[in-house]
Amino acid sequence: MKKIIKYVIVDILRNKIVIAYTLLLLAISFGLFNLDDNTSKGLLSLMNIVLIIVPLICIIFSTIYVYNSSEFIELLVSQPLQRKHIWMSLFGGIAIALSLAFFIGVGIAVFIYSFTPAALILLGVGLLLTIIFVAIALLAAVYTRDKAKGIGISVLLWLYFSLIFDGLVLFILFQFQDYPLEKLMVVISSLNPVDLSRILILLQLDVSALMGYTGAIFKDFFGTQTGIIISFVVLLLWIWAPLWASLRRFNRKDL
Amino acid sequence: MIIANNVTKKFGKLTALNNVSATCGKGQCIALIGPNGSGKTTLVKCMLGMVIPDNGFITFNEKNILHDWLYREHIGYMPQIGRYPENMTIGQLLNMMKDIRFKSGGQSLDEDLVKAFKLPDLMQKRMRTLSGGTTQKVSASLAFLFNPDVLILDEPTAGLDPVASEILKEKIIAEKQKGKLVLITSHILSELDDLVTHVIYMQDGNLLFHKSIDRLREDTGEQKLSKAIASVMQKN
Amino acid sequence: MKKFIVIIISFLLLSPKVFARIYTVQKNSALSSIQQAINIATNGDTIMVMPGVYAEKNIQVNKSLVLIGKSFPVLDGQHSYEIISIKADNVILEGFKLIHSGISSLIDIAGIKIYARKNVVIKNNILDDTFFGIYLQKAVNCLIENNKLKGVATTDQQSGNGIHCWQCDSLRIIGNTIAGHRDGIYFEFVTNSAIWRNVSHANMRYGLHFMFSHENTYIGNIFKNNNAGVSVMFSHGVKMFNNIFEDNWGDGCYGIFLKEITDSYISGNKFLRNTTGIFMEGATRVLVEKNEFSKNGWAVKIDASCLDDTIRINNFLGNSFDVATNGTLVSSFSYNYWDKYEGYDLNKNNIGDVPYHPVSLFSMIVAENPSAMILFRSIMATMLDKIEKILPGITPENLVDNFPYMKPIHL
Repeated sequence: MKKIIKYVIVDILRNKIVIAYTLLLLAISFGLFNLDDNTSKGLLSLMNIVLIIVPLICIIFSTIYVYNSSEFIELLVSQPLQRKHIWMSLFGGIAIALSLAFFIGVGIAVFIYSFTPAALILLGVGLLLTIIFVAIALLAAVYTRDKAKGIGISVLLWLYFSLIFDGLVLFILFQFQDYPLEKLMVVISSLNPVDLSRILILLQLDVSALMGYTGAIFKDFFGTQTGIIISFVVLLLWIWAPLWASLRRFNRKDL
Repeated sequence: MIIANNVTKKFGKLTALNNVSATCGKGQCIALIGPNGSGKTTLVKCMLGMVIPDNGFITFNEKNILHDWLYREHIGYMPQIGRYPENMTIGQLLNMMKDIRFKSGGQSLDEDLVKAFKLPDLMQKRMRTLSGGTTQKVSASLAFLFNPDVLILDEPTAGLDPVASEILKEKIIAEKQKGKLVLITSHILSELDDLVTHVIYMQDGNLLFHKSIDRLREDTGEQKLSKAIASVMQKN
Repeated sequence: MKKFIVIIISFLLLSPKVFARIYTVQKNSALSSIQQAINIATNGDTIMVMPGVYAEKNIQVNKSLVLIGKSFPVLDGQHSYEIISIKADNVILEGFKLIHSGISSLIDIAGIKIYARKNVVIKNNILDDTFFGIYLQKAVNCLIENNKLKGVATTDQQSGNGIHCWQCDSLRIIGNTIAGHRDGIYFEFVTNSAIWRNVSHANMRYGLHFMFSHENTYIGNIFKNNNAGVSVMFSHGVKMFNNIFEDNWGDGCYGIFLKEITDSYISGNKFLRNTTGIFMEGATRVLVEKNEFSKNGWAVKIDASCLDDTIRINNFLGNSFDVATNGTLVSSFSYNYWDKYEGYDLNKNNIGDVPYHPVSLFSMIVAENPSAMILFRSIMATMLDKIEKILPGITPENLVDNFPYMKPIHL
């Protein structure tokens, strides 16, 4: 398994898009920290960018990569290798390579400019989001044979997690305005890794007071150590669930 | 060695394999013959675990291959159209395959074909730049590289020039004589004359017959394989 | 002759001063207790207290005396007593260091307490670890100046206020520094007083807290980093000039919370980094002008219960939300500078040609449905605001600044 991961990582790291992605993140993170005299504000802007760009790049790149690896997968499947290992290696390879890109792209600036708990949470959450969206991409790719369709589904999934989901939340909030929804909102936020990540980071920043204002429950839950641990467990579940589903499908897939 | 039991596989509405049963034993060289789209490749892929049957099962050395993968150590597979990571060079590909598959002290490497096809001269070439024929040479070399007990060759000579084709044929005969099971799908029948011991004939996903070559000659009264098959086809 | 009589009369009038005595209290001397000195002194005398630690339980100042501490003699309340009780008019208390007053949850024990007297001066004292600091009860025309008060409050319940005034009139509270108390400055039923150049910071609850205190003026004070900011209620004629309200961050924190404040004037103040700069509830005819609101969560929150307030000529810089309200508004905004304004100025009069709507759609949504705060800083929220900017339709029509400044106003 290690050997296959090695080949995938070497292959991805040679890829120009991943290098461009790393440079883009580097430019953004350094740019934002230099632009704002206040590192907390820089961190806030960085969070906004990370929550949009990381899922988008990760899901699209991974989907395309899986399709482009179909020959490689076919070759491996005919070899004395367990399918589970092949798929996990592919996932591991992509996830490690993209995490590395993110870590270099954002981590360096964070370590230089703002080595704070909030920044570390941003870094941790960014890494988890990277892996989550690789897993989701694998799921999208394994279920659709057609490359164009698969990429289309990936983009839609990204749109869903970044925008449509929040629209639905807003809709629910106004439909059931007369009910106490605060606790439900905590549960609902765990249904979207992007939202969950955003809340986790925000609660580490000054602006958390603004969230505490409207309902202590966000802060009481997400702001505590238990809340943070639970949130991270939920994010790990967000890696596990799509990965497990995609593996189940891949094990039965005809190549 | 390989036994297929009532294997059925459907792709949507299309029935690729319909209740196919076959027994392939050691030392045999079986020709898998049939028109395009008759299910030959699907059957081969089922044997490799690349396609999972809807019904029925396949055993390799009396063990069900479903959920097993180690049995593939004993198989060398040459696909109909070899598809390889485009950015790899031939050298990298061979090294990677050795890296993944080779166990120290296990099998010995069989690099006869690599040398015969003069691949060492092409080691730096990337896979995407190769011609169809060269790709086939790489595929063939890989199939034989790990000295497997079973060789599954899907249209092995398609795209090969006559010289390479002859090299491959001789290699196949040599391996057969070592007592290995060789499974060849082909539609160019004349090529197989001096190779095969058995014939499996498939049509529309059905296995029509599975006979030894001597039996076939007897039944049809034809010496040449191509003629024998043609007469079978006419009867149908 | 006439001249002579005038001189005689004035001599007679001034005589108590002339014949006033000075007592010196010093450790290891004949006069080693302050209370002892007070007991033998008469009105108008001066008591000088030399350096040392005086643990005299409760000191009762019941004559009009001048008490002066040399190099801050320490008066120790031993965690049990009210240190100085002033029960006479015209007392001057200066230069003492008061430590460890008693603590009680039943009675308000203070470092210094004035009991219904007038013309008392308390200046240049240091109060450290006192329950209540300086406590004025029905005091009139007193001056509290340049004192440094430091409490060690840990909980809201087990703590007293720094400068606590109840039923007072005509006070001058100037240049004091107050920290670590429940409320830094607390007024209840205090009128016609001036609060000038005080610094109230790091208190458990409010930096300044008053109610039913009319016609008071607050100038040049700094209220910083208090747990809940500043809260003022049920008063009219409040004038606040050039104060600084900063770093009051936290859940339910305000730069200043105005509840039922009428006919008041808030001008020249700076609101920096507060969760909410000004929160107005039931405020009527309040004029807010020439203030700077910078880097607050919400610069101004106006409850629907407010009436006829005017918010003009203020700078709004780098706030997360400029204005939030939960209803239609009968207050007016004009001539403010808003850093989020994206309009243009074709006639170059430095006033934007298109009106500015300071309430963002998302802040409307949050006001109506607080749980929506979960979408704070999401793409959705940003997009909603952008759409509303281009096609306004949902934010209150009358909540608009028709004359927004193009550049920050020089205040």
